Amino acid sequence: MADFHYSVDADGVATIAWDVPGKSMNVLSYAALEELNAHVDTVLSDDNVKGAIITSAKKDFAGGMDLNVIAQMKSDAGDNPAQGLFDGIMSMHGALRKIERAGMDPKTNKGGKPIVAALPGIALGIGLEIPLACHRIIAADNPKAKIGLPEIMVGIFPGAGGTTRLVRKMGAMAAAPFLLEGKTVAPAKAKAAGLIDEVVPADELQARAKEWVMNATDADIVKPWDAKGYKMPGGAPYHPAGFQTFVGAAAMIHGKTNGVYPAAKALLAAVYEGAMVPFDDALRVECRWFVNVLMNPSSSAMIRSLFINKQALEKGAVRPKDVDDQSVKKVGVLGAGMMGAGIALVSAMAGMEVVLIDQTQEAADRGKAYSEGYLDKGIARKKATPEKKEAVLSAITATTDLEALKGADLIIEAVFEDVGVKAEMTKKVEAVVGPDCIYATNTSTLPITELAKASERPDQFIGIHFFSPVERMMLVEIIKGKETGPRAVAKALDYVRQIRKTPIVVNDARFFYCNRCIIPYINEGMRMVGEGVSPALVEGAARLLGFPVGPLQLVDETSIELGVKIAKATKAAMGADYPDDAVDEIIFWMADEGRMGRKANAGFYDYDEKGKRSGLWEGLGDKFPLADDQPDLTEVKHRLMMSQVLEAVRALEEGVLEDIREGDVGAILAWGFAPWSGGPFSWLDMIGAGKAVEICDGLTEAHGTRFTTPALLRDLADKGETFYGRFDSAQDAA
Amino acid sequence: MNDAYIYDAVRTPRGKGKKDGTLHEVTSVRLSSVALNALKERNNLDGHAVEDVIWGNVTQVGEQGACLARSAVLYSDLDERIPGVSINRFCASGLEAVNMAANQVRGGAGDAYIAGGVESMSRVPMGMDGGAIAADPHLAMKAYFVPQGISADIIATEYGFSRDDCDAYAVESQKRAAAARAEGRFKSIIPVIDQNGLTVMAEDEMIRETTMQTLGGLNPSFKAMGEAMPGFDAVALLKYPHLEKINHVHHAGNSSGIADGSAAILIGNKEFGERHGLKPRARIKATSKVGTDPTIMLTGPVPATERVLAAAGMSISDIDLFEVNEAFASVVLRFIQAFDADTNKVNVNGGAIAMGHPLGGTGAMILGALLDEMERADKETGLATLCIGSGMGAATILERV
Repeated sequence: MADFHYSVDADGVATIAWDVPGKSMNVLSYAALEELNAHVDTVLSDDNVKGAIITSAKKDFAGGMDLNVIAQMKSDAGDNPAQGLFDGIMSMHGALRKIERAGMDPKTNKGGKPIVAALPGIALGIGLEIPLACHRIIAADNPKAKIGLPEIMVGIFPGAGGTTRLVRKMGAMAAAPFLLEGKTVAPAKAKAAGLIDEVVPADELQARAKEWVMNATDADIVKPWDAKGYKMPGGAPYHPAGFQTFVGAAAMIHGKTNGVYPAAKALLAAVYEGAMVPFDDALRVECRWFVNVLMNPSSSAMIRSLFINKQALEKGAVRPKDVDDQSVKKVGVLGAGMMGAGIALVSAMAGMEVVLIDQTQEAADRGKAYSEGYLDKGIARKKATPEKKEAVLSAITATTDLEALKGADLIIEAVFEDVGVKAEMTKKVEAVVGPDCIYATNTSTLPITELAKASERPDQFIGIHFFSPVERMMLVEIIKGKETGPRAVAKALDYVRQIRKTPIVVNDARFFYCNRCIIPYINEGMRMVGEGVSPALVEGAARLLGFPVGPLQLVDETSIELGVKIAKATKAAMGADYPDDAVDEIIFWMADEGRMGRKANAGFYDYDEKGKRSGLWEGLGDKFPLADDQPDLTEVKHRLMMSQVLEAVRALEEGVLEDIREGDVGAILAWGFAPWSGGPFSWLDMIGAGKAVEICDGLTEAHGTRFTTPALLRDLADKGETFYGRFDSAQDAA
Repeated sequence: MNDAYIYDAVRTPRGKGKKDGTLHEVTSVRLSSVALNALKERNNLDGHAVEDVIWGNVTQVGEQGACLARSAVLYSDLDERIPGVSINRFCASGLEAVNMAANQVRGGAGDAYIAGGVESMSRVPMGMDGGAIAADPHLAMKAYFVPQGISADIIATEYGFSRDDCDAYAVESQKRAAAARAEGRFKSIIPVIDQNGLTVMAEDEMIRETTMQTLGGLNPSFKAMGEAMPGFDAVALLKYPHLEKINHVHHAGNSSGIADGSAAILIGNKEFGERHGLKPRARIKATSKVGTDPTIMLTGPVPATERVLAAAGMSISDIDLFEVNEAFASVVLRFIQAFDADTNKVNVNGGAIAMGHPLGGTGAMILGALLDEMERADKETGLATLCIGSGMGAATILERV
């Protein structure tokens, strides 16, 4: 079955229409590229054809590249994957360059055939790189369409000429937001930015494209960089203006990425080196750096976690297969505090009917007002419309009346974190709602199995753990209690899909998965402060690992108060086994000093009147003086890293995690675990189990049993295996 | 191995390296020839008297391009059989030229050399030659590149020098330079003359009286590029993660001045002196050069000094006088701190903070200044050292004969 349809009309204008069979969105495969190449050959060789339109028969142009193509190029090349990638990508360059040169005489630039890209909708990644090789890009005025090159978001960069062409088209400075931040924009903005050439009403797209082909002159189809006297907009690197741009760009990218993202570095190198040579050399330069990135284990891990597995989880990779669609129509949210208000907002935004309950009408109204405020901000930033606001607000009923929950098919309880309070709510609400209703509790600390005891229908009882702020955090952790049934899991997953977040499903155990890993990270940071390690070094080491927030800043953000509460509850539950007394000494002291964190404008950091962090609190040094011998950076990094990673491994060993993909994706989305690494399991695979064991053994000897090597990790090391080698469910399925 | 001796050293006064500087009207090739001609005349260097002219020069583009050393020889009164080679070791170029010449002589490759350097910063601004270290993203990130001013501020932060420490050092440098000029201690200065023999400039023009109060009013020069755009501090903190932030303490008043100037030194073996009837002023006892962390960049004088002392078989206490180039106040303060050096032995007649730092020439200038002071104060040993861009250091030990 063909991915492209070729036709020629009476005026000799060919149309190459992309329409991958059985898919709602075009994605470029290896075979399809060869198909496209063959059609271009026909256009160029058939004397009856004047020119061509490359377009799509779907509502969108293309969503990007099938990243398996890259894996295929690699594996096809056997023991020299770099050569395979280089040859494969250079052949893509060849195909796109053929479109761009369109049979022109290399000396006179005459005699070529015009080829226009007509984009009906979304055009991302290769879906924009192909158009960039065409002579003109015309897009339908579709405000929902996204146009751009988001490759950097998954750890690579536009490697099919997109980087080289965009920089030559716009200049390095103007291209930066698209290349380095992966910014995507609607057609009108794309036109304003110079990304595309023309925007027309959707129903005129094909006619306008044809008109352009019919009227294009020789000069119209010569790219500026193929014409004589071309100068790069904004200046090449050793042009005085360009020099400042490049010096600044290197520093800025280095600082912003903490130096841990190989794709950003390689992209910039490709731009710089490419800017100083002719176009075809620049493509080769781009290709060498692109291959360099693809060969980097960080990029492979990022693609796997942030693209392939994140999508798989969103599409229901772990959903019980034989449960029919559980899409939520009416959701009851119990408790209109910060979490409840956020849950109501995202549910209403997704088109659900929402009943938001609290004890007083004022509290319920305040919860609903949160949505209003959020949408007002959105309108001010042109991200939302008054109509959208109206629709969302009219979908939310704020009330104290539990009777309003009648007909709800999902309840999400977000009341005070207390077993008694929650149990009472469960009983009251189950008495009102229908027998099929699924009851979810949003708790971050209480065991689901315990809470389910209050339920008449424990198989319909489940945990849905949101992160704060709900509307911003992309992960939702779904927790199965002992008796939770498959329909409850399916319901929770379908709900998460509706609100367009990424789910992971874990089993019930203290702190579930995410908090189980985050808490030791925070604790390890505080422990070091207690030992006299420079707090700046602790935070700096976290930064160098690529964590968005150091442990001390993180505890300030989540509040010392919460830390104290969790510590006390954990100690009460664990008794003599409680391992964190050393941490408590610090956190209880901080609480006694009134340094409760950001909320109090005082924590491990000082804050100014506006609540902005002004620096680490000097008082810390009075209580915990700096040790004369500071540990080296590597040791601090290892402690911060292993404190989290070992918990992930233990969660897997204990069956809390059932799928390492969830462990990796969840870690990145929930607490920003070093995204460059692909997640804790990917990181362990990257350094190798043997090395990891060596680090753990060393840390155990120096710092105690919390770093004891998990048996699973030691077993992998002994057998020379990796986590993804042994546990990748995706591979099992394939 | 032969001994290498300094027979003579000259330098031009340092002009302000801006459009309103006195030497702005003088081309760099003329400025070079002024020093070369002075050496020739003072030492009767007729004919093929020296093996080569090794000429330090940093920004080798425009009028300083195309091997300025050879151009300077041809512009001067030196014999055309004397060739010329331009070298670039950034701020230590002038000293490196001397060290190379000395080591050629010691190794027997010729009897005598002229070594020195020039920089006309008002005419060929610093940075005009581009450079991959800053602009090539792969290299800049691999080396954690930050500009020198940020590096100087890293030194201050890492080693605990406050703004007041740096300002106090600068005030003292100005004081010492003014006193030295007033007393006529700068023996090696020669006037810059025009093609008619008229004097263009005869004395340093950048020395100024200053106080802590005056300096206190100056804004830090590298704060904006560090903290805002493009944010070099973030890069510095990746290399120095134990620092919470960079203290921006340097400004125009406690950093070296942009300057124009040239210096030349005559180096030869014993036979050369005997043949020309010249008396050696000092022996070049040892030389060194080192690479260091390119991010903090300017701490090179410390390991360069350790290395040159080792080469000479000496210890720090054997050195009577030090010249440590005042690129930034923190560079010298770090040197003093590292060796617990007596401040009364370091830069006794001021330095580049007061008089300016014509990049390619400074190394030869401070070596001449060191020699002048060793003679004046009747000291036996002296050590000159400079910090260097991209993380290097160079040093030379002189011993009077």
